[in-house]
Order: sequence, then C-alpha cells, then structure tokens
Amino acid sequence: MKVFKEILFKAVTYFAAIFSILALFGIILTLFMEGIPMFQEVSLREFLFSSAWYPTNEHQSFGALALFFGSLAVTIGALVIAVPIGLGTAVYISEIAGSRTKEIIKPMIELLAGIPSVVYGLFGMAFLAPFLIRNIGIDSGLNIFTASIVLGIMIIPIISSMSEDALSTVPRALREASYGLGATRWETITRVVIPSAKTGIIGSFVLGFGRAIGETMVVIMVAGGAAQIPSSVFDPVRPLTTSIAVEMAETVLGSIHFHSLFALAIMLFIITFITNLFTELFLFKKVK
Amino acid sequence: MKLTKVILALVAILAIAMFVGCNNQNQEQTGSTLEGKITMSGSTTVLPIAQACAEEFMNQNPKVNISVRGGGSSIGIKDIMAGTVEIGNASRDAKGKEINKAKESGIDLYQNVVANDGIAIIVNPKNTITNLTLEQIQAIYTGKYTNWNELGGPDMNIVLISRDTSSGTYEVFYEIAMKKQNIVQNCIMVASNNAAVTSVKDTPGAISYAGLGYLSSSVKPVQVNGVDPTMANVLSGKYAVARKLNMYTNGAPQGITKTFIDFILSDEGQKIVEKQGFIKVK
Repeated sequence: MKVFKEILFKAVTYFAAIFSILALFGIILTLFMEGIPMFQEVSLREFLFSSAWYPTNEHQSFGALALFFGSLAVTIGALVIAVPIGLGTAVYISEIAGSRTKEIIKPMIELLAGIPSVVYGLFGMAFLAPFLIRNIGIDSGLNIFTASIVLGIMIIPIISSMSEDALSTVPRALREASYGLGATRWETITRVVIPSAKTGIIGSFVLGFGRAIGETMVVIMVAGGAAQIPSSVFDPVRPLTTSIAVEMAETVLGSIHFHSLFALAIMLFIITFITNLFTELFLFKKVK
Repeated sequence: MKLTKVILALVAILAIAMFVGCNNQNQEQTGSTLEGKITMSGSTTVLPIAQACAEEFMNQNPKVNISVRGGGSSIGIKDIMAGTVEIGNASRDAKGKEINKAKESGIDLYQNVVANDGIAIIVNPKNTITNLTLEQIQAIYTGKYTNWNELGGPDMNIVLISRDTSSGTYEVFYEIAMKKQNIVQNCIMVASNNAAVTSVKDTPGAISYAGLGYLSSSVKPVQVNGVDPTMANVLSGKYAVARKLNMYTNGAPQGITKTFIDFILSDEGQKIVEKQGFIKVK
C-alpha cells in the first residue's frame, strides 16, 4: 500500500509538470500553424520592415514595424518608471523600515498587484489623460507617456516584492561584516546588499518587462492605438497586443488578416523568449 | 457521501425545473402555426439586426428556424446568386456588375432596405468650427491640415481620433467620407463609439466620428457639406455620410421570408433596429 501511494504520488506530480510543458508546446504549435500561412501572401520583408499597418483597407498592408516600436516604447517607459520606484520600495521595506511600517506597507503594495488591469486602464483614460491635457498642455492624453505611467504603476508591485524577497535572503552576516568594517548604512546597502541580491533583482526587472509587454487592456485604453513609429513620448502608439486583441474580434476566420494577427503573436512570443533566454544564459549561469 | 447526495438532489431539481420550463414555453406559443427555415448570410454590419430580429421572430414562431451567417456584403450577394440562402445581407447597394451577372443566371436581385446607418463627425464643444465639407474631412484625416486655424477655427492642433479599422463604423467612414483614402498613421484609434465620444469630450483639439445613436451633449456634431447630421436628413438622403442596410432576395420576398422581412419593417422590428444603434427606415 505504501509503495502504491509512493508511485501514485510520483505519477501525479509528474503529470502536473508535464501538463504545463504540453500546454506550452500546444500554444507554440498553434501560433506557428496559424501565423505562417500569412507569409504565402505577405513577404517577411514587408512584415518586419514596413510600418504601414492597414489590414482592412482596399490595398491591405501588413507592416508590423510600427507595432513593434509601439510595444517597445510603452514597455521601456514603464520600466523607467517602475524600476527606480520598485527597487526603492524594496530597499526601504527590507532595509530601512521598522517592522510596524513594514507590516502596513507590504500588504498595501501587494493590493496594488491585485487590481485588475481594466481598472488601471479606466484610471488612465478617465483621470490621468484629461489631467495631463489640462496640466502639461499636450494635445491628447492617449500616448506613450500616459501608458508608461499606468503600466509602470502596474508593475511596481512585481518588481518591489520580488526584489524585496531577494534582498531579505542576503545573509545577516554580510551586513554585519560591512558595518564592522566601518561602512555606513548607505554604503552597506549599495555596495554589499544590492550586489549580493543582484540575480533576484534583475529577475524582477525581467518579470516586470514580460508583464508590461504582454499587457493588453491598459494599452488598448490609454496608448492611443495609432500605428506609427513614435517620434516623441507624447505620440500615440499601437502595441502588438492592441492589434491582436482588438482586430481578432472582427476578422474573417482564415483570412490573411486573421493569420497576420497570429504572426504578431509569434513576434511577441519571440521577444519575451529572447529576453528570458538572455537572462537565463548571462545572469543566472554566471552567478551559479 | 453526503456531498454526492446533495449534488444528486440538485441535479434532479434542475432537471424537473427544465422540464416544467419547456412545457410552459410550448403551451404559451401554440398560437403560431408558421413553419419553415430561413438562411441568410452577408454583411457583418447587418448581422446584429438580422440576429436580433431572428431571435425575436423565432420566439414568436417557435417552429421557424432562422440561421444567420456573416462573411461580408459581397458574400451575401454571391450566396443569393448561388441560391444557397434566402436572404443576402449587404451594407451597400448591389453593383451594376452584380445585377447583370445575376440576370444572366436568371436571378432577380430584389432590394429590401431594412435600416439606415449614418455617422456624425464630432468635435469638442470648445471648437468654433460648425461645418466641414467632405473634402476638408478627407484633408484632415490624410494629414494635410494639422491646425484648426487653417480651417477658420481656433489656433489649436488637430487631434485625429478614429474607430479601430475592424469596426463597422470605421468601414462607413473609410468608404463614404474618406472615399477609401488611407487615414494618416498618427491618428488615434479607439475601440468603441463611447470611447470616441469620451476622448473628444476630454480633448479640446479632437475630431472623431460616431454612429448617430451615440451622440451626447458633451460633444458637438458638425454639419457635413452644410447639412446637419439628423435622422431626418439621413432619411431624406441629404446627409452625405450615411448608407442603406439591405437584405437582398431573389425576386420580391415570398412566403415565410416575406413574413420575416415584414416583421423587421414593422414597428416592433424597427424598434430592434434602433436598439442596435441604427436608424429606422421610415
């Protein structure tokens, strides 16, 4: 009986692990099977290097370059905002705050992570965008700047809680040794604690990046949706996810437009895949 | 063990409830003796009207079965010519070429107008512009004008807002107002009529468009070629950015198809048309 239970336990966990892998391969297979037929009618060159995205007009064109830049712009903007604030929060909670303050701040930031993205989108569209028009004199509130702020706020909890975990696993002995050598608190944090927690902290940035580039609802609502290569942070853009989500609803099943949306998804998949691969290869391997 | 019993009991109750429910429905609707099957295909713009009317019609005549497919206006007309459907939906009038081709194969494309579709061009109430010609609208949306003062308005940058390219409203705007010219790339794209209205309300320099049913006092509709975007002007054909929504049949509709189209044209059917955001025929 005991042996049987042992085997059963092993089998159950094995299938649980296999399930995710199967799902992953299923998703990759669908993406490529539905995405590749587009290239029978649209050249890879046009798809990668043209910025004209006119999928439903009489003369269709499927240039994804502007969409790629759209995704990149809002994601980088979000990281510019979330990295310093998220890391700052993590350092404060882990190193500086007393245990009472910590008990209040930590759950509140985690609450931020639980807000649905459509609520963030509403906040951006109904409050932030008109606020920015009134106060900084821009023509329209739906642009990279607004989208970056909203996405940034959204990924702060991811960066701060993961970084905080990393910081708190740095052994106490390291800090005490640093203080013992006469280092100040600032020197200890920047030269000893953060470098030792480097892997986890950069891991949190990568996770935040993945969350921001894949976010759909917020960018539909606040990024403006204009398929152009931006020339300023106040230009509206159309990230890849916007096109996929908005256009899928109305496209005819099996048309080039339908397949092109899967091709966009492949692009998105490859971006996140490469980012993850690089972090795995260059960061985690070296440290171990 | 206890849980199983509870679940079994629930399933039994549900089954009985459904049985009773079905019986009731049948008893209520023995009044109608109409029987038959209608299939239709075509324009995705007409689809919500066709779908909603079909549902109501089938509720009243439970022995009638109506199936509705999309595909686009050309498909609707093609399917009528091929004789595979009873009704072909089209958000445009049949082209001369199509009518001739139908005649050759012995089919008479008969046009039944079931609704009108019109869109208003809207600007922020702060904007002093009250009238735009179609040419000016095209020049604005192709990026030739970038400031309202070039059109006699205030010194304000024009913020272009359009519906997403997959929406039916975009299709009307692109085909009728833009005459199929590409909209300039820096144009903001929003996902719904409401989002367009909200964005125009919040943005002083904005211009956008929305179905006539979606206008509110927070935005200002402008005249197109000197004509106000009102239901009356759409019906009389004076307003330019409007079109008819058609259900094509082979010859004048007959039998159950006629009953169905008459239902759409009745007061009850036209109420459904208005509920879907379109304009009545009469």
